[in-house]
Amino acid sequence: MSPLTLLFLIFALGTVGWLTARARAVRFRLATPGRFSSLPGHHAAFAALCTVAPALLFVLAWRFVSPALVTDAVLATPAASALPSPGFERAAILSEARNLAHGHAYGAFHALSPTLAPFYAAAQKRHDLIAAAIALLLALGGGSFAFLRVTPRFSARTQVERLVMGLLLAASLIAILTTMGIVASLLIESARFFRIVPVTDFLLGTHWSPQVIDPRDPGASLGAVPLFWGTFFIGAVIAMIVAVPFGLMSAIYLTQYARPATRRWMKPMLEILAGVPTIVYGYFAALTVAPAVRNLGVSLGIASASSESALAAGLVMGVMIIPFVSSLADDSLAAVPAAMRDGSLALGATPSETIRRVLLPAALPGVVGGVLLAISRAIGETMIVVMAASGVATLTLNPFASTTTVTKQIVDLLTGEAEFDSAKTLAAFALGLTLFVVTLLFNIVALMIVKRYREAYE
Amino acid sequence: MSDAPPRTPTDWSGERMQRRIARRYRAERRFRLLGLAAIALSAAFLLVLLGSMLTRGIGGFTETRIALPLDLAAAKLAVDPARLKGRGADLALADAGLEEAVDAAANAAWPTLGGAALLSDGAWLRVRGAVEADPTLLVRRATVEVPVASAIDIACKGDGTPEAEAIVRALGDQLSRGFNRDFLTAADSTDPTRVGIWGALKGSLMTMFVTIALAFPVGVLAALYLEEYAPRNRWTDLIEVSINNLAAVPSIIFGLLGLAVFLGTFGLPRSAAIVGGLTLALMTMPVIVIAGRNAIRAVPPSIRDAALGVGASPVQVVFHHVLPLALPGILTGTIIGVARALGETAPLLLIGMRAFIAAPPDRLTDPATVLPVQVFLWSDEVNRGFVEKTSAAIVVLLVLLLAMNGIAIYLRNRFETRW
Repeated sequence: MSPLTLLFLIFALGTVGWLTARARAVRFRLATPGRFSSLPGHHAAFAALCTVAPALLFVLAWRFVSPALVTDAVLATPAASALPSPGFERAAILSEARNLAHGHAYGAFHALSPTLAPFYAAAQKRHDLIAAAIALLLALGGGSFAFLRVTPRFSARTQVERLVMGLLLAASLIAILTTMGIVASLLIESARFFRIVPVTDFLLGTHWSPQVIDPRDPGASLGAVPLFWGTFFIGAVIAMIVAVPFGLMSAIYLTQYARPATRRWMKPMLEILAGVPTIVYGYFAALTVAPAVRNLGVSLGIASASSESALAAGLVMGVMIIPFVSSLADDSLAAVPAAMRDGSLALGATPSETIRRVLLPAALPGVVGGVLLAISRAIGETMIVVMAASGVATLTLNPFASTTTVTKQIVDLLTGEAEFDSAKTLAAFALGLTLFVVTLLFNIVALMIVKRYREAYE
Repeated sequence: MSDAPPRTPTDWSGERMQRRIARRYRAERRFRLLGLAAIALSAAFLLVLLGSMLTRGIGGFTETRIALPLDLAAAKLAVDPARLKGRGADLALADAGLEEAVDAAANAAWPTLGGAALLSDGAWLRVRGAVEADPTLLVRRATVEVPVASAIDIACKGDGTPEAEAIVRALGDQLSRGFNRDFLTAADSTDPTRVGIWGALKGSLMTMFVTIALAFPVGVLAALYLEEYAPRNRWTDLIEVSINNLAAVPSIIFGLLGLAVFLGTFGLPRSAAIVGGLTLALMTMPVIVIAGRNAIRAVPPSIRDAALGVGASPVQVVFHHVLPLALPGILTGTIIGVARALGETAPLLLIGMRAFIAAPPDRLTDPATVLPVQVFLWSDEVNRGFVEKTSAAIVVLLVLLLAMNGIAIYLRNRFETRW
């Protein structure tokens, strides 16, 4: 019996359980007067669950157990006595025979495999039948158990609702699982990396060239300081020089000056800017902005102007962050009590004086928090730097020179044709861990600032 | 008892004060203009970005065709007419040497200009389609419009090499432009005149299917639990903190997670839509939870009290009353989250979805690629024919995203109730 047929049968039984339990509940509701704890739907759901759940759990468990059982059954047959003693060859023959029996393969390397294949097929068939029988028995048993309990006094609702609550709790635990998964996978792989390369070499070394790693001293070419500097330079300096003034001024204009009608079409426009995928910004940066920046650098007399400059990537990244800064600044400006603004205006200050002397100082913590969040987003941004920044790590203050970032290096290290365990690929996880910790710190600090300041006015 | 001299009232009409006021008003106007300039420059950037993608991308949707004079009767293709009906036709024509016949026809028609080199690699496929539609082509002379090679195509669109420009001038009105239908139906290829986005689009749709199927139910259930049932204790705080942090974790970290856990530990196939979907689901779920909680919080407590008052159980209150009322808000958040996932590239690069995929995937475990990754791959190509294809793929991606955001805004305006 194929797994699909089995699943279909289980669900068919579940439907039968649903319908019969419902019919029975409706009947006793009509027959006996009085109040009931559960609706017919509750009894029906309880019956369907009792039918389907145990059978499905069994099928799932069987998937993990059955291959071993089938292999044991094959080994017990007389044909298996010709097998070599346990080892690599034996495993290879068995797996070939399994593939032949399942129709995944049409020829075999070992002469013994085809003779074992029919036994495999027979054992598999027998075990499938056993599994189907047990699953269907479980379904029937569960169904009849639930059906017999469909009585006026049985509170099916409590049972069903308890299960629903369990489901809700499980769903929210997935978030914790994901966080733990991220932390664990980054930590484990990074620990393996730091066994090869000392932490101090990685965090304090100033030479990064993963293409040529000296096996005697891998730490010498895996010093990440140039990457940290490049990330900071592009994400926290150049991008913020663009994003903060533009974002702040657009937020001020939108909240303080623009008429509602203007605001109605300007705000969606900023939202569109935020919704454009980063790959599009990256392509634009690489194709249009980078050559323009290079030409500008050359015309300014900077001979080292690169077509993969920090400036091009940073500028485009700054534009990408504008809506983010703007919406956060918008929120913190709106949180300033209206009385402060009205008081300043009533004393005769012009709107711009009110904004600069009253609103902005009052909103400053929120704005700073927003800028920190924006920096954390900018340093985690990948596609713009992958497409527009260079792969060469240099420690430079020159915005026209080529610079690389942590995210760009992670992509470069993991998309090459290297084996999974080399220092090169493990370095990507160490970089990822650094990135994760730094963005986390930025976020925590930013949220703390924002929260404390909110409380001040509430 | 102060010795300060008595203050004279400010003379507002005096020249000094008038100048001062004028200066302050000028500062006011400057500040206001600065704000307007910030908005205008952002808008200008958006326009330049969209405009450059559109103008370059439009070319990617068109192809240059050349009128190829064919005499298949002279080429004596040994094709059994009976095999031209039905599914064996493609094979029958390929076996009979149609490709060589088409090349020979091109060599005969333009011996000095390059012959078969003028045609796209896929030109004979167009002839094959024409023959299948009209088998009489095998026994008579005819001209068939076929796509030209990439270099000629670029030259025709005004950006080619001098040699190609010369060929275009020599061919004159034998060339024509038309809509490139293959671009919407084919998958990746090494020849820019034959590429299409359907393979990547299908991969994107399958990935999004997995993402929505996982992230939406889990996100909604988690939001319901946290907002309606969760007791205030340390565990709940832990869940909330991890959800808020996950929403701010850089997307590339999710790629590392997918690489280490889904590929490394679970051994799922590389570059499959299911792994991409799983990874993006983990990324999208916190967004849905946060949007969902806001929507659920917006449902007024009076609804819950009324339902409890007439005897509904806590589960009934939530699933019969709160959830339906909050659903438009949740859906809006979901669509925005999924739109973000649809445009996401970095995590998918890490789990290997950057392979060359020449056939659209059929199952969730088949090797697949997605639209943004396809854009990335094409942008890396050396062949200049890929420039307009990249922009065209971006246009398709942007149209898809705009449509999704449009639906989200429509849902918000249409169904959102202000209490």
